[in-house]
Amino acid sequence: MRRFEMIARSPVVVALFMSLAIAGCASKKNINSAGDLGLGAGAATPGSTQDFTVNVGDRIFFDVDSSVIRADAQQTLAKQAQWLQRYPNYAITVEGHADERGTREYNLALGQRRAAATRNYLASRGVPAARIKTLSYGNERPVAVCDSESCWSQNRRAITVLGGAGS
Amino acid sequence: MMKIFRIILSTFAAILAVAMMATLPARAEVTIDITKGTVEPLPIAITDFLSGDQLGANISGVIAADLERSGLFAPIEKGAFIEKISNPDAAPRFEDWKVINAQALVTGRVTKQGDGRLKAEFRLWDTFAGQQLEGQQFFTSPDSWRRVAHIIADAIYERLTGEKGYFDTRVVFVDESGTKEKRVKRLAIMDQDGANVRYLTNGKDLVLTPRFSPSRQEITYMSYEQGKPQIFLLQLETGQRELVGKFPGMTIAPRFSPDGQKVVMSLLQEDGSANVYTMDLRSRTTTRLTSTSAIDTGASYSPDGSQVVFESDRGGRPQIYKMGADGSNPQRISFGDGSYSTPVWSPRGDLIAFTKQSGGQFSIGVMKVDGSGERILSSGYHDEGPTWAPNGRVLMFFRQPPGSNSPHLVTVDLTGRNLRQIQTPNLASDPAWSPLLE
Repeated sequence: MRRFEMIARSPVVVALFMSLAIAGCASKKNINSAGDLGLGAGAATPGSTQDFTVNVGDRIFFDVDSSVIRADAQQTLAKQAQWLQRYPNYAITVEGHADERGTREYNLALGQRRAAATRNYLASRGVPAARIKTLSYGNERPVAVCDSESCWSQNRRAITVLGGAGS
Repeated sequence: MMKIFRIILSTFAAILAVAMMATLPARAEVTIDITKGTVEPLPIAITDFLSGDQLGANISGVIAADLERSGLFAPIEKGAFIEKISNPDAAPRFEDWKVINAQALVTGRVTKQGDGRLKAEFRLWDTFAGQQLEGQQFFTSPDSWRRVAHIIADAIYERLTGEKGYFDTRVVFVDESGTKEKRVKRLAIMDQDGANVRYLTNGKDLVLTPRFSPSRQEITYMSYEQGKPQIFLLQLETGQRELVGKFPGMTIAPRFSPDGQKVVMSLLQEDGSANVYTMDLRSRTTTRLTSTSAIDTGASYSPDGSQVVFESDRGGRPQIYKMGADGSNPQRISFGDGSYSTPVWSPRGDLIAFTKQSGGQFSIGVMKVDGSGERILSSGYHDEGPTWAPNGRVLMFFRQPPGSNSPHLVTVDLTGRNLRQIQTPNLASDPAWSPLLE
C-alpha cells in the first residue's frame, strides 16, 4: 500500500515503470502491483526520480508531536543529500505531514515544522537551502488510515519530492 | 457557480416585511428556565398552518423539528389534538389543549398574495393562562418558506425561553467525498437543520476551515488553490474569490474580527514557526500579534474585539492563551491534563470552547475566559473543532469514528446534553455557524 502510494504519486514515474515493464525484463510477469514489476534495487535509471525513491528513500518518519530528525531519518537524509548533490538539477519540495491524532490547524503547522526541520538537515549536509521549498499537508494526505499507531506512525512523515529535471 | 450565489442572495433578501399583529398585553406564565441544570422539555402543540395545500403542514413541520431539536421543547403528536383549528385569529378552546397537557399552542395561516408572495401569520398561546403571547406576520417569496418557518421557530423560542433563537441561521462546512486516503473536499453551505445544501467550490482544490463574516455575506477559508495553504475570502453574493494578503509563507486558521474589518490568521514560516497575524481588509495592512519560534495558531476574537484567544505549544504541548487584540500580554489560561486547541470565544463573551486531547480521547469542552470552570460536553475517539450557535447555547463540531476518517457533524447543548447528528449528503467536517441577522 505504502509502496504503491509512493510510486503512484507521480504519473511520470508510473508511466516510466509501465514502459520499462512492457519493454524490458518484467514483460513476462503478471503485473498486479508495483511490487510485481521485477524492479529490484538498482534497476532504476541512475539519477531518475525512481532511482531516488527506490534506492535512496524519499521519506522520513517522526515521533508523536515531534519534528526532531531521528537517527534512522538522519541516515536517510544523508543519502538524500548525497544524491541531491550529485544531481543538482532537480527542484526539491519537502512535504511535511502529520498523523490524524491532532487538530487540523495544529497539524498544518506541525507539518510545516517537520518540513522545515527536514530542509534544515538537508542543508546542513550540503544541499543549498534555497533549492528546497517546503509545504505542509497537515493530516490531509494520510498514507494509511486505521485506529492504531501502525497507521499513525506511517503518516507522521516528511517526503522529499523532486520537481522537473533541468530546472 | 454564479447561479448558486444568486439563489443564496435571494434567500438572504427574501424576508421583506415583518409586522407585529395586535397582541394583548399579557404576562407570560409559561416559560422555560434554561438557566437550570436540567430542563424538562416543554410540551407544545404546533398545529398545521391553514393553507389550501401542503405548505401549511410543511411550515409547521419545520417549526416543530427546530423546537424539538433544541431539546427544550416536546412537540405533541398531532393525533392527540382534540380541537381542529379552523380560524387561527380566534382564541382556541384552551380546555381542549390543557387536557392533552399542551402548555403552549401555535396556530397560523399561510396565504398566497396577489403579487405572488406568501403571507405567513402565527400566534403563540399560553393555554393555562388562556392568553395570546405572541402574534406576527411575514411576507416572503414562496421559495423562502423554510426560512419563514425558522424565523417563527425563533420567535417562539425567544418568547418562551427569554433568549435569542438560532434557527434562522446557516452553517458553512467542508463536504468530504472520495477515498479515505485522498479526500475531495468542497466548501458547502446549508441551513442549520441540514436543509438547502449548496456547494461553493468544485472540489478541485483542497479547502479547509471556512468561517463566516459577521454580516453572513462573506466566508474566509483556507485553500491550496495556488499550490500551498493560503487564506481566501469568498463573497457569497457574487462568488468572487480573493487572496487575503501577500505573505511569504503559508497562511492557515482564519477568522474574522467581530466588526468584520480584519481577518486574523496564522503564518507558517520557513523556519517552521507559526505566528498570529491580522490583515485589515480595508487598508490591506498586516500586523504581527505573536513572535515565537513555536506554533501559535487557531486565533479567535472576543465578541467585543478587545482580546484574542489562540493555541500555542510554546510551553511544550498545545495550550490555550489569551492576549490583547494588539498582541499584548499573552497569558496561558488552560492548565488541565492533556493538550488544548481550537479555542473559540462564545458569542456571549463568557466562555471559550475548545478541543481537548487527553488519554487517547478527543473532547469538546468549555471554560471560563480566565481558564477556570472547565466542563467537558462530549468525548470520543475524535471530536474536534467546536463552533457556537449565535445565542451561545449550542455547539456544533465534527466527530470521527475510530480508524475511518469518516467525519460527520454533531450538535450538543451547553449543558452537555442533547447530542444530535446533523444529516449531510456526504461526510462533513469543519462546521462554522453563521451569526443571526439583526
